[in-house]
Parts: sequence; structure tokens; C-alpha cells
Amino acid sequence: MATTTSDIQDEIDAHGHGAHDDHHHGPAKGLMRWVKTTNHKDIGTLYLWFAFTMLLVGGAMAMVIRAELFQPGLQFVEPQFFNQMTTLHGLIMVFGAIMPAFVGLANWQIPLMIGAKDMALPRMNNWSFWILPFAGSMLLSTLFMEGGGPAFGWTFYAPLSTTFAPASTDFFIFAVHMLGFSSIMGAINVIATIMNMRAPDMKLMDMPLFVWTWLITAFLLIAAMPVLAGAVTMMLTDRNFGTSFFDAAGGGDPVMFQHIFWFFGHPEVYIMILPAFGIVSQIIPTFARKPLFGYSSMVYATASIALLSFVVWAHHMFLTGMPIAGQMYFMYATIMISVPTGVKVFNWVTTMWRGSLTFETPMKWAVAFVILFTIGGFSGLMLGVAPVDIQYHDTYFVVAHFHYVLVSGALFSIIAAVFYWLPKWCGRMYNEKLATIHFWWAIISVNILFFPQHFLGLAGMPRRIPDYSTQFADFNMISSIGGFAFGASFLLLTYIIVTAIRSGEKIEEDRVWESAKGLEWTVATPAPYHTFDEPPKKAQILSESSHIGEH
Amino acid sequence: MQASKEEYFIPDGSYWPIVGSIGMASMLGGFASSLHDNSLGTGIMVLGFGLIIFMVFGWMGQVVHESEQGIYNKQVDRSFRMGMGWFIFSEVMFFAAFFGALWYARNLSVPWLGGSSNNAFTNTVLWPEFKSVWPLLQMPDAANFTVPKAIIHAWEIPAINTLCLLLSGATLTWAHWALLNNNRKQIIVGLIATIALGVIFLSLQVAEYAEAYQHLDLKLSSGIYGSTFFMLTGFHGLHVTLGTIMLIVILMRVLRGHFNPDNHFGFEGVAWYWHFVDVVWLGLFIFVYWL
Amino acid sequence: MLNRRYSIDISPLYKWAIIPLLLMPYAAFAEYGLNLPKGVTPVSNNIYGLHMMIFWVCVGIGVIVFGAMAYSIFFHRKSKGAVSSNFHESTVVELIWTLVPLGILIAIAFPATKVLIDLENTDKAEMTVKITGYQWKWQYEYLDDDVSFFSNLSSDSNDVRQLGKSGTFPDNYLLDVDRRLVLPVDTRIRFLMTSNDVIHSWWVRELGVKQDANPGFINDAWALIEKPGVYRGQCAELCGKDHGFMPIVVEAKSKEDYAAWVNEQQALQKAAAAAGEKEWTKDELMVQGQKVYSTSCAGCHGVTGQGIPGTFPAMAGSAIATGDVKAHINIVMNGSAGTAMQAFGGQLNDSDLAAVITYERNAFGNNTGELVQPSTIKSAR
Ligand code: HEA
Ligand code: HEA
Ligand code: HEC
Ligand code: CUA
Ligand SMILES: [Cu+2]
Repeated sequence: MATTTSDIQDEIDAHGHGAHDDHHHGPAKGLMRWVKTTNHKDIGTLYLWFAFTMLLVGGAMAMVIRAELFQPGLQFVEPQFFNQMTTLHGLIMVFGAIMPAFVGLANWQIPLMIGAKDMALPRMNNWSFWILPFAGSMLLSTLFMEGGGPAFGWTFYAPLSTTFAPASTDFFIFAVHMLGFSSIMGAINVIATIMNMRAPDMKLMDMPLFVWTWLITAFLLIAAMPVLAGAVTMMLTDRNFGTSFFDAAGGGDPVMFQHIFWFFGHPEVYIMILPAFGIVSQIIPTFARKPLFGYSSMVYATASIALLSFVVWAHHMFLTGMPIAGQMYFMYATIMISVPTGVKVFNWVTTMWRGSLTFETPMKWAVAFVILFTIGGFSGLMLGVAPVDIQYHDTYFVVAHFHYVLVSGALFSIIAAVFYWLPKWCGRMYNEKLATIHFWWAIISVNILFFPQHFLGLAGMPRRIPDYSTQFADFNMISSIGGFAFGASFLLLTYIIVTAIRSGEKIEEDRVWESAKGLEWTVATPAPYHTFDEPPKKAQILSESSHIGEH
Repeated sequence: MQASKEEYFIPDGSYWPIVGSIGMASMLGGFASSLHDNSLGTGIMVLGFGLIIFMVFGWMGQVVHESEQGIYNKQVDRSFRMGMGWFIFSEVMFFAAFFGALWYARNLSVPWLGGSSNNAFTNTVLWPEFKSVWPLLQMPDAANFTVPKAIIHAWEIPAINTLCLLLSGATLTWAHWALLNNNRKQIIVGLIATIALGVIFLSLQVAEYAEAYQHLDLKLSSGIYGSTFFMLTGFHGLHVTLGTIMLIVILMRVLRGHFNPDNHFGFEGVAWYWHFVDVVWLGLFIFVYWL
Repeated sequence: MLNRRYSIDISPLYKWAIIPLLLMPYAAFAEYGLNLPKGVTPVSNNIYGLHMMIFWVCVGIGVIVFGAMAYSIFFHRKSKGAVSSNFHESTVVELIWTLVPLGILIAIAFPATKVLIDLENTDKAEMTVKITGYQWKWQYEYLDDDVSFFSNLSSDSNDVRQLGKSGTFPDNYLLDVDRRLVLPVDTRIRFLMTSNDVIHSWWVRELGVKQDANPGFINDAWALIEKPGVYRGQCAELCGKDHGFMPIVVEAKSKEDYAAWVNEQQALQKAAAAAGEKEWTKDELMVQGQKVYSTSCAGCHGVTGQGIPGTFPAMAGSAIATGDVKAHINIVMNGSAGTAMQAFGGQLNDSDLAAVITYERNAFGNNTGELVQPSTIKSAR
């Protein structure tokens, strides 16, 4: 395996090839390298930095929210501005941080994990990324417009977002169009890469789980994002061109908006968790020194979750006055999702069972993921039971639920992935000691932040309010303290990552982690600009598979 | 040449994507400003649109050039095919949102406003005058809407249009066969016929819209019927327009001697797109006009 | 300073609170509600039962799953010399952990369905209240008794909630209203929910009722209150700027007290109509006008009449509030279609309308000096 990588290195050095072989050059110089690049690693890097920036922006908004909610009474911001913060926090975290981060990981890892030279459609790959900064700026620019930014929640229910919304809403609509376009192109690229660029000897059932989960996620994206585009288009015409999709006076229905939105929105939340499942399925076997338990059932479970995710959307709408048969159906379908998700959780636990465990930083985050995601899943199950959702709906219980699955789920998996693969990407090790401190800091504070929100919800605190009655004061204060501590942990994280990239201890081993498996560990460290000019062979693919029993 | 064809072609860095992004942001941002009486908006929008056109022709021109140079191989071709296929699937889902809205309006919201299912009170308390019928000509509260006098019937222009599109699907397939047999003349005749049918379709649709707006008072603002009618047929018409333009480009390429029986993704991609537009029309004909 | 009236019985959930408990600077913990209340209607009781059942199921599964993990984490560390085994498949085990959860879910689905069917059945109602959401208040119409009124955030909460105004929080801060929804106990009451503008959601936990109020549609819900008392709730659907400030207070009275209350209300409504007959002085109009303005208008147009640029126009210097009085009366009474400006003609009586319009024309530096009398409003109707 070392031969392939050094061959590539030689080629990069020599680069004396034919006219169209310029891609064997190393990276171009200067800013234009990043603007024009068609290299999957460059584009992955761009995505990851973009996502990180957006995480800080969205997180800063969360800090505004938590600061205002620190005490009862209005201290810092007007209610209208508070609603803008809530809305943009949700939108930016979902579309700006979590999704681009996963696409960045896909860009870096999928070609490396399937033995491909690059993504299938490299120029389009560049475009998918370079739409994002424009869409993100357009979205953020609404904050500075007259009447303020969107203040109707990330779910932008009509008619609050149509008849009763500020002028900036039209910019918001087009920003969503652009974000959707970018995601669709990114997803098409992922599918084409996985289906067409795999090393010829790699069968679908030889693929690492991260690749599998992304394949399925890409399908979800292509099926769901256009529906969102349809929803915002109808909003646009309802606002400006006299249509009445969401207006009963003309025969439409505001609830129709919710159906269309959640037909996108529910698959969307799985778009944000399936790649996380993939990441955790890569990390746990490595540090348990044991093959992944139940590889094929993991694949089938992922596929079932994805399919089910298209038929449960109205569990967000139990209180909209849906006929009772609808409520029953959506309740049954929703709680059914616990079964394949449970299969995954049980498989991870069984992978650890009687392993030989070590707890390097990526493993710590993966274990935390399994525990905290499961807690979030449990509250999801409770929400899924229609009659009880009456008491939970639109309270902080829901907020607690989705932060457990999104922050200590999706976000934690991304952090795990970065710690796991960063040494491979840049050939330098992060500081394990600091990373451990950061881990415990984050884990404790995130629970102080979000666990009390369960109590707040059950005690009757609605979500999306800037001020609250005094009996919610103490838990809000605790939650805010946890929030500031968790927020500050990102300063340490930034420090750890930046120092790792710039001055971390150099590492030589290709494999980085003692018993890591996968083709990505067969290329040189740091990963060369171009990899896999020669696709890996069957024997190597099999011996690198983390789910085949031999050791 | 042969040797290089075994390798997957990874293009060099490209300016086109960033041009496209700037174009897209200007076009949409300009559009949004123009909706709020910002005098600059329209200009920026037009400029952005121009940039996009420039980008599409530049980018596609480069792809065509690369393709004609023979630096793509079968695997690249497959990537393109998959890309196009999944793109069309995403378009299907986009239309699904609007078909879903139509379905919802017909089968749920309008009957509910008329008191069906668990909405008896909706009708008796809020809209006692309202009766649920489809097509919905009299909306619950017409104050903000245009009340149509009549609707467009299926067995007039729409039926002719259906014929046009079905026929155009056939002529396009005929041209495709010709391409596989390398019969240049038949390709050209087939393509021209397809384009002509597309243009006829579009002209008829323009006539139909004019009739609706001028004589029937059937407008975008005619309640949920007008909303679904014009959004569905309008987006479809937009796709036909795009498809026709793409067919014209393909015709130009054929005239220049592009494509051969083994390598003609450009042709096939456009053909798929055209067939997709065809199928959507059948859905429209059945669900919007006929039933 | 802080009021902790809202306490309810402590559930087993509080064991989970150990983490925050350790961090609490002060311990007034026992007074806190950590869990849902059982409530005062059959439905809310059933919901509570379901809630606890699913909660314990989750705790049970959690103990097993996390227990297994903890075992591996503590006893199969490499540092303790653990050697990894190599198993990676077992159809039997996988089948078990597919089927057992499925069984558990089915066991949950049965009672859940029963509760659902019960709470959706609004037949056999003995009385009906129509509830309409407005930005940001509730209107209650007793359809059988011809009583109807608006319910706003109480003025003492309203004063304290302004940005920058800290102060002592009144009892039931943000959970108090100027007029309560009074209901009889032991009566099957049907609620019809709708909205005048955006979607709101009417929620009172102790009643086990939360239902969206959609503009243009009517949803129904029902309650049979078993215990007299005061039950509080809030709007539960984001409905714009003051979504956090449209509370709900239900006061359940015995049937006799309720009947007396209805009579009283009917008399009050007659008296209010009579007030519209007399001629008002400027001072009277301004005092009443300020009151009406702060409950009905200040939410959008601001206490000082500055509005929010781009969303809600300012009253200070407004062309309409300083121009032709007819146009002013018209927009206040009929609203502005397709905007948040509601038609207040149906919400306020003649004297309140006259007062608030007079107030707007003479406050915030709008010194038009013009008075509007209730009789003018009456003839404008
Ligand atoms: C990553 C994102 C993510 C994920 C994975 C989930 C997962 C789930 N969610 Fe969540 N959800 C959100 C993100 C997510 N959700 C968001 C963002 C919202 C709010 C949107 C908004 O309104 O703003 C939301 C809201 C939401 C609601 C609406 C609540 C309301 O507004 O009233 C509901 C209701 O059914 C729900 C249910 C579920 C269920 C049943 C799951 C299941 O997939 C969970 C399955 C997992 C488990 C159950 C745990 C592991 C399983 C086992 C150990 C096996 C054995 C278990 C049993 C048999 C019980 N979610
Ligand atoms: C997808 C991911 C995601 C992520 C990662 C987060 C992360 C966080 N969220 Fe968010 N949240 C949502 C998705 C997400 N959220 C969604 C979808 C909603 C619903 C919106 C709606 O209702 O419409 C929501 C709503 C929401 C609410 C409810 C608001 C309301 O109902 O009014 C709250 C309140 O506490 C909250 C808090 C937080 C906090 C404290 C974090 C923290 O984890 C953030 C931590 C990160 C940082 C803090 C940034 C990094 C640090 C710095 C920039 C340095 C500066 C630090 C300091 C000043 C201390 N979120
Ligand atoms: C829910 C928000 C809201 C409330 C409450 C509200 N208004 Fe308005 N008001 C508006 C909006 C929005 C407009 C702008 C309407 C338009 O653009 O046509 C407006 C416009 C006006 C105008 C015209 C101002 C101008 O210069 O154009 C007057 C006068 C007015 N309102 C008076 C009142 C009075 C009196 C009340 C209370 C009794 C009140 N409003 C309550 C939202 C509100
Ligand atoms: Cu009304 Cu929220
Ligand atoms: Cu969901």
C-alpha cells in the first residue's frame, strides 16, 4: 500500500504529463486556489471551515437567546429581535453548520474510503460549495433590513411568514432556494461518486458505513430539498403575486404549508443524523478493536429509517386539527422508527461488548453520542405519541429533544469525526490532554444546558418566548449557565484544532490509530493532494473492511 | 489518446462556478429588491441573469469542447448520466410539491371549508355561504381575489397540446435512433420536428393564458384554483421553454458534426429531460385539466 | 421576589435532576414542578398516565442499554488487559432486539389510541365557547349565553415586561389577564378554536387542552373540569412579536356561581353600551384612550407611539393620525386588509374607539386638538 501512495507523491513531484494531465499538479497558489478548486480535499476543507464559521455565528445567536432567558423580564433585546435570533439560529445551525459540515466530511472522506481519485463531478462540486457563502450572506443580510430579518421560526409557518412578515422575507426565500440548490447538487455528486467511482473491486456491501449512510442521505436530500423549494416558491407567490395556497379565503389552507414543509422537514432531521450514524459506526470498531457488529443490519436499518422518514411528517402537526385517522397513522408510523434506530444503538453497544476498549478523543465523543442521542431518541418517542404530544408540543420539552439529537447527536458526531480524521488530513496530532479537558467540559455543560429544558417544558414553558413567568426562572438560569459554559468550550475547541493544524506533533504512520480500518488509512499521512490514481485491489479492500470478522 | 481514456478526467480549477454563484445571487437578490420597489433591483436582476446565461454557455461550451477532444471516458459519461438522472428526479420532486398542493386543495382544504370530515363548524360558523365544488370558482371570501367566469377545458387547446408533446416525444426518439445509426439527416429532421412541436406547444399555451386572463378572468389570483392551475402549468411551460432551448443547442451541435453512436451524452441528457417534461404534462393534463 | 406559586407534585422525575441540583446555588427545589401535573379533567389525567408509562419504559430500556455500555466501558478496557473477541453477527440476537421493541411499541399504541379517540370526541357538549386568537389576545364568545369579550395580558405584567424595566414581578407574572375565561365545573364544554390573523394555539395544561387556532378554519376540543380553581396557560404557537405575552386564565366555578357570573356579564355589556350615549370631556377621553391604547394598540405601535420601522407604523406624526379624522376612524374600525392592522370595530365599543382615536390624535406630540365622540363612531358604523 505504501507503494501506491509514494507513486502518487512521485507523480505530484514530477508532473511531466500530457496536456490534460495538469491535475497532477499540487495545489495552485493563492486565494484563487480556493475559488477555482476542483479538488475534493480542498472543497471538503472549504465546507468544513464554512460550517465552523456558521456554527460560531449561529452559536452567538444562541448566546443572545440564553442571555435574554437568563432571568425573567426583558433585559437585552426586544421581542421582535429575539424572534429573529431564534429563527436565524435554527436556520443557520441547520443549513449553515450541520449540513455543510457533513458535506465537507463527505468530500474529504468518501473518495478516500472508496478508493476514488476525486468526486465524480468536480466542477459542480466547487459550485455546490461556492453558492453557500452567497446564500448565507443573503440570509444574514436580512437582519439589517428595514423591518428586521425573518422572525417566524425556522419552520416559517404561513401566514406569519406570508401576510404578516417583513419585506426581508423575500430575501430569505431566495436564500433558501440557493441553499437547496447547493444541497441538491452536492447530493447528486455524492451519489454519482459512490455509484460510479468506487474501486472496481468494491461491492456495495463492502462499503464502509459512513459511505452507506451518506449514499442514503444523498437520496433523502434529492427527494426532500426540492419540496422545500416548492414550499418557499408558494410562499413567494402568496406574498407577492396574489395566489392563495395558504389562505382559507381563497380555498387554501395554512396547514397545507405545514404539510409541505414537514414533508421536507422530517427527512431533513434524518439528513442531519444518518451521516452521524455512519461516523460513529466507523469510530467505535476502531477503538473497540472489534469488527462492527451486524454490518448488514446497520445498512438495512439506515435504509428503513430513511424510507420511514418520508411517511411520518405530520407528527409535528398533531395539534393542527388533523382528522383522527391521520393522527393515529402518523403516531404509529413515527414510533415505528424507534425499531431500526434501536437496532443501530444495540449494534454499537454490542460492538463495544467484550472488546478491548481505549478512549482516545474520537471514541469519547462517539460514546457520548450513543448515550446522549439515545436520550434524545427517547424524548422523540414520547413526542411521537399523539395524545401526550398535546402537552409537549411547542414547549421546551421539544427544544430539549431536538438539541439532544442535534447538538449531542449531529454536532458531537462531527466533532468526533474531526478528531478522528484530522491527523490523517494534516499529518499532525491534536493535544490529547487538552482535548480530554475539552471533552469533559463540553459533556457536562451541554447537559446542564439542555437537560433542565425537559423540566421547563413539562412545567409549561412554551418555546420561542423572550420572557417567562417567574416559576421558570431557576431552570432557565441553570440552562443559561450551562449554555455559556458550553459556548465557551468552543473557544477551547478552536484553539485545539488550530494548534493541531499549525503546530501539532507530526505523525508518520499511515494508519494513525492502532486498529483503524478502511482505505483512507492506506494513503500517506498527511493525505496527498491526489490519491488513488490506481484503484486499490480486492484483497486490500477486504482486509481494510471494518466489518469482516478476521483480525 | 487511448491510454488517457482509462483515467478519470479531473478538470482543472474553473472560474465558471463562482461566476454562476455571483450571477445567481445577483439575480435572486435583485428580484427580491425589485419586489419592494427598489429601483436598482430590476437592473441587478437582469445583470445576474445575464451572468448566468454567460456561465451556462461558457461552462457547457468547455464541457462540449472537452468531450469533443475525446478526453472523457465511459466512466465520466456515466457520471454525467447519473448526474442528469438524479437532477431530473429532483425536478420530479419539485413538481410533486405542487401536485401535492393541488391534491390537498381538492381533496382536503376545499371540502373542509365546505364542512366535510371534522370541519362541520368551519363551514357553519365561518363560511356558511360556501359550498365545496371543484373547480372552485367561488372562493370563501373573494374580496382579495379575482373571481373567474370559467375555466379552460381539457378537450380544447390542452388536448392539442397533449398531442403535440406526445408526438414530440416520438420524433425525438426517432432522432435518437438515427443517432445510434449515425444517420445525420434523420437526426436533423427529427430534432427540427421536435423543436417545432415544442414551439407550437408554447404558442398554444400563450394563447391559452391570454384567453384565461383576458376573457375568463382566470388569473394567478383566482383563489386556489387559479393558484394551482397557473403554478403547475406555468412551471411546466418554463421547463418546456428550457427544454426547447436545449434542443436547439443540441441541433446546433449536430449540425457541427458533434456526437457519434458511442458518445452522445449531451443528446441523451436533453432527451431524458424532454421526456420528463412530457410525462409531467400527462400528469397535468389528467389532474389539472381533465379530472 | 420571585413567586413560586406554580408548584405541583414532585414526580419520580426529580431523581434525574441530580445534576442540576448539585449546581444549584440555592435550594428551593421542592417547590418546583419537574413533571406534568395530573390536571383536573379526565383527559388530562389519562395523558398524565400515558406520559408516565412511556417515561418508565424509556427509563427501563435506558438502564439496560447504558448498563451494557457501562459494563464494557469499565470492564473491557484495553488498559485492564481486555482482549477483544471477534464476533460480529448473530441473527437470533438481532431478531430479538427488533421484535421486543416492536412489542413494546404495540403495547404503548393501544392505550395511546384509546386516549386519542376519547379526547377527539367533542360530541355531547353541554355548552360551547368559541375562542378566537388575535395578535396578541384572545376573544371568548359564549355561544349559548350571548356573552363575549377579549382577554389581554394584565396591565401589571404588561408594565413590567417592557425592555429595560426591571422591577418586582407581580404575582403570576405574564400568566395573568384582564378578563378570565370563566367556566362551570362538571360540564362538558366544547371549545371552537379559530384565529383572526396568524396561527395561535390555545393551551391550558390542567385541562389537557392544546389546540391550534387556524385562520379560516375551526378546530374543536373539549373539557370537563372536575375541580373549581384557576388554571393558567399560554399561547403555544409562534404568532409574532408578542407571542410570549398572550396568556390564558381559566377560572372554573360551581354551576351556580357560573350562572350568576353570566348574568353579571350580560348586565355589564348593557351598561357599556349605555356609556356610548353620553358626551365625553377631553380628559375623560384621554384617560380612557390611554388605557385602551396600552392594552390594544401599544403591542404594535409602541407605548410611546414609535412603532417598529418597516413593520408597524409609528403613531407619532403619522399622516393618518394627524390628518383627516374620517380616514383615521376608518382604519381603526375596519383595519387594513392583508396586514396585521386588525378591524377594531368589532372588538371595541363606541366609547373605547372614540377614546383611543382621540388619544392618538392628541398624544405623542400629535397635537391636533380634535376630539372624537362615541356618537361619531356610532354613526360611522
Ligand atoms: C437529528 C435530528 C432528529 C432526530 C434523529 C429525531 C428523532 C426523532 N424525533 Fe425529533 N425532532 C427534531 C430532530 C430530530 N428528531 C427536531 C429539530 C424537531 C423540532 C422541529 C421544530 O419544531 O422546530 C423534532 C421534533 C419532533 C417531534 C414533534 C414534537 C412537537 O413539535 O410536538 C416529534 C413527534 O413525534 C419527534 C419525534 C422523533 C422520533 C420518534 C425520533 C426517533 O427517530 C428517535 C428514535 C430513537 C430512539 C427511540 C432511541 C434509541 C432506540 C432504542 C434504544 C431502541 C428501543 C427503544 C424503544 C422501543 C422505545 N421529533
Ligand atoms: C442544528 C443544530 C443546532 C445547534 C448546534 C444548536 C445549538 C444551540 N442551541 Fe439551538 N436550536 C436549533 C438547532 C440547533 N441549536 C433549532 C432548529 C432551533 C429551533 C428554532 C426555532 O424555534 O425556530 C433551536 C432553538 C434553540 C432555543 C430555543 C429558542 C426559542 O424557542 O426561543 C434555544 C434556547 O436555549 C437554543 C439554544 C442553543 C444553544 C445554547 C446551543 C449551543 O449548543 C451553541 C453552542 C455554540 C456556540 C456558543 C458558538 C461558539 C462560541 C462562540 C461564538 C464564542 C462566544 C462564546 C460566548 C459568548 C460564551 N436553541
Ligand atoms: C397586531 C398589530 C397591530 C395592532 C394591535 C394595532 N395596529 Fe394599527 N397598524 C398595524 C399595521 C401593520 C399598520 C399598517 C397598515 C398598512 O400598512 O396598511 C397599522 C396602521 C395603523 C394606523 C395608520 C397609520 C399610518 O400612518 O399609516 C393607525 C391610525 C392605527 N394603526 C391605529 C391603531 C389603533 C388605534 C390600534 C388599537 C386599537 C392599533 N392600531 C392596533 C398593526 C397593528
Ligand atoms: Cu398567539 Cu402565540
Ligand atoms: Cu420529525
